[in-house]
Amino acid sequence: MTRNSNGTDVSRRRFLISTAAAGGGLALGLHAAGLKTAMAQMPADAEGGEIGAWVFIRPNDDVVIRIARSEMGQGTLTGLAQLVAEELDCDWKKVKTEYPTPAQNLARKRVWGDMSTGGSRGIRGSQDYVRKGGAVAREMLIEAAAEQWRVPAAECRAEASVITHGPSGRSTTYGKVAAAAARLAPPKDIKLKEPKDWKIIGQPLPRLDTADKLSGKQVYAIDVKLPGMLNASIMDAPVFGAKVKSYDEAKAKAMPGVRHVLKVGDTAVAVVADSWWQANQALKALNVSWEQGPNDGVSSQSIHALLAEGVDAKDGAFTGNKVGDAPQAIAAAPKKVEAVYFAPFENHFTMEPMNCTALVTADRCEVWGATQNGEGGLAAAAEAAGLSPTQCEFYKLHLGGGFGRRGRQDYTTKAVLLAKQIPGVPVKLIWSREEDMRQCSFRPAGLCKLQAGLDQNGELLGLQMRIAAPSILASAAPNRLDKDGRDSAAFQGLNPSGAEARFGYAIPHLLIEHAIRNTHVPVGFWRGVNTNQNAIWLESFIDEIAHAAGKDPLEFRRKLLANSPKHLAVLDAVADRIGWGTSPPSGVHRGIAQFMGYGSYCAGAAEVAVSDRGKLKIHRVVIAIDSGHVVNPQQVAMQTEGSVAFGLGAMLYQECTVNNGRMVQENLDSYPMMLMEDYPKVEAIVMPSGEFWGGVGEPTISVAAPAVLNAVFAATGKRIRTLPLKDTKLT
Amino acid sequence: MVQLHVNGMLHDVTADGDMPLLWVLREQLGLTGTKYGCGIAQCGACSVHIDGEVQRSCSIPVGSLKSTDKIVTIEGLSPEVDHPVQKAWLALDVPQCGYCQSGQIMAAAALLSKKPKPTDADIDEAMTNVCRCGTYQRIRAAVHRAAGFGNGNKT
Repeated sequence: MTRNSNGTDVSRRRFLISTAAAGGGLALGLHAAGLKTAMAQMPADAEGGEIGAWVFIRPNDDVVIRIARSEMGQGTLTGLAQLVAEELDCDWKKVKTEYPTPAQNLARKRVWGDMSTGGSRGIRGSQDYVRKGGAVAREMLIEAAAEQWRVPAAECRAEASVITHGPSGRSTTYGKVAAAAARLAPPKDIKLKEPKDWKIIGQPLPRLDTADKLSGKQVYAIDVKLPGMLNASIMDAPVFGAKVKSYDEAKAKAMPGVRHVLKVGDTAVAVVADSWWQANQALKALNVSWEQGPNDGVSSQSIHALLAEGVDAKDGAFTGNKVGDAPQAIAAAPKKVEAVYFAPFENHFTMEPMNCTALVTADRCEVWGATQNGEGGLAAAAEAAGLSPTQCEFYKLHLGGGFGRRGRQDYTTKAVLLAKQIPGVPVKLIWSREEDMRQCSFRPAGLCKLQAGLDQNGELLGLQMRIAAPSILASAAPNRLDKDGRDSAAFQGLNPSGAEARFGYAIPHLLIEHAIRNTHVPVGFWRGVNTNQNAIWLESFIDEIAHAAGKDPLEFRRKLLANSPKHLAVLDAVADRIGWGTSPPSGVHRGIAQFMGYGSYCAGAAEVAVSDRGKLKIHRVVIAIDSGHVVNPQQVAMQTEGSVAFGLGAMLYQECTVNNGRMVQENLDSYPMMLMEDYPKVEAIVMPSGEFWGGVGEPTISVAAPAVLNAVFAATGKRIRTLPLKDTKLT
Repeated sequence: MVQLHVNGMLHDVTADGDMPLLWVLREQLGLTGTKYGCGIAQCGACSVHIDGEVQRSCSIPVGSLKSTDKIVTIEGLSPEVDHPVQKAWLALDVPQCGYCQSGQIMAAAALLSKKPKPTDADIDEAMTNVCRCGTYQRIRAAVHRAAGFGNGNKT
């Protein structure tokens, strides 16, 4: 038990017990095996041993694998464990996982590396060093057994957590030698297995985190309960950045359960109560007003006008890809095609609203939260508390959805700023769904003007693409902008070269530009980020060009992709599966698209029908992904299936609009999700070609929407250029 | 003071009558498997059974409940996490982030108790819970699989 400076008893063990009653003790990262937290001062021999940084083995042969990245549904937890277990040669059935905390990472000189989880990098960004971590541990365990037997380690081998000495036939288990292995120096030279020898990597193993998600036992951040904890609801300025002017504190304070009414920074007010519902009811009664400001008149119309100016602006646009002289080639072409596309602001709508629990004293700050960036969360907590990061801790819990939203740490900052005003009392701050939807970092709205020039035979001579949109990097990560202010992320999937997201088409004259047009609406990373809009714009327009040229949309693309064999392979795979070139069922029409993102090659094909009354039915979507290596093909298929709902939900129904400077949509009644009845049959083609590591969580989203939109055109002759589609009549 | 019958036991709770059942379950009874998602009875993350009917607990004032109303949450669905729906969910590895899955499972269990062999159309109509991760295809398959276990009417 620890005692806070102000005398309030705060027992971590009691916290553990209260959450363990709900079944989530281990997942809370509080008694991470051997991590030397204040309460886990157990000698290595008694509970096992830490074998290198990534593996802890208990005497009962349990293998605890440390997971530095965050699990938010994408399956990375299981995939990372497979990578370590492959090299460790352990018994997969004995594998458990735990999150090291960001403060432990800091204290141990970042032994677990980067803890952030975004950009579909969880696996590909850590595969090399976590596999080495597994291999180091295997070598140490073998060495320990060899020392006990007084035989050369080279005569011993490990398989499924059992070490065998070949000549004598003696054997022992990892659990029996773990404590001895923990005292050895890690080997310096480690050779990883060849992919052909993988036994755990590449297998469709069940997830390690499923069981507790079926019983209600999984503890998410919103479920954390600490002794003496109070609950809070918050409202920040609906017009971003406006300062609080006044509120009716007396009325709120007189309401049941209310303990405190507190300002959080200059822009927000929170109510702290016994129950969160009481806090939220009182918050509504506060009737907060905010200072007027320059953004009060901003609307979707005014933002649209800003973007429209951007797509035609002569100067100031940044170049993403340039070949030859596209404007001149198009001007001189005998046939021209031109179109302008629009994509709206979007909200992540994680099922678990933003929340964070904080306990702050004069010299210590502890936070329980769901984050895609543990170290960023720790830094945010320390800054808000006014303490050194070494005086803080961030206990990571599984996320009830992330999708990029939980990379931003604003909810951590606010929880700590609030809890700091009630020292020694743990405060759980939950944003109402309405607050969650108002205070987002939105996917940017954007306009894209596309122009093409064709020759007499319908061959593409030149293509020009001008995007006008807010810059995500300028809003969310200005340090990642290029020196001249260019936002490289705007060109996802459109880059001339590189392994991340190469534009696959060979076009004689090409110009792709981004005119940055920032607004007061904060924008951020939304699953798939700019890949989604870029794919919709480009792949819809390529379809337009193909039709203008009188060519088959598949064959038109195939010719342009002749020098991009991996792009072509996924495209051919979906065309083959959907039956391109054969007659679809009566009333059914097909569309196709391809795009590269996050180091992976993706293509999609769709079958849709549109009724006489204009009702769209999406029957079938086929998606192919080549991510190079695949750690768990079942997880890749699941991510692909899920990505279709994410992409099509936005394309069909979702739009965040702005009126009087504030976001209009505050809940599902105005921001609907794709539901079961509209979800099509999805077929994922997982086709790893090996030799590279591509991302999985995001790239396939991008091809679902354009494949469907191109099928809608095939069905109706209507080219949907303004999203969401619900605003367009299909009759 | 309100008396609630939850997962086979009577509980005395101190709550304003207009407090939604969801918050009483989560904060007073420690049954955090039932989730807050939207607060307006649309997402279904807060789904529980009341007398065998699936209901969205975020929009049910506790004052409207009688001690004879039998409330079942995800924690009380089966003693050993062995309801056919839970077994099917495990077999098909349905959850991704998992946050909506308590509600999905409760909705599926209620559906099967009424329609032991649901059609796809039945599933479309009954399963209106939001899954932001997009696990719909596996949910549909798991409902059919649970129906195949033959005792889908167990609740």
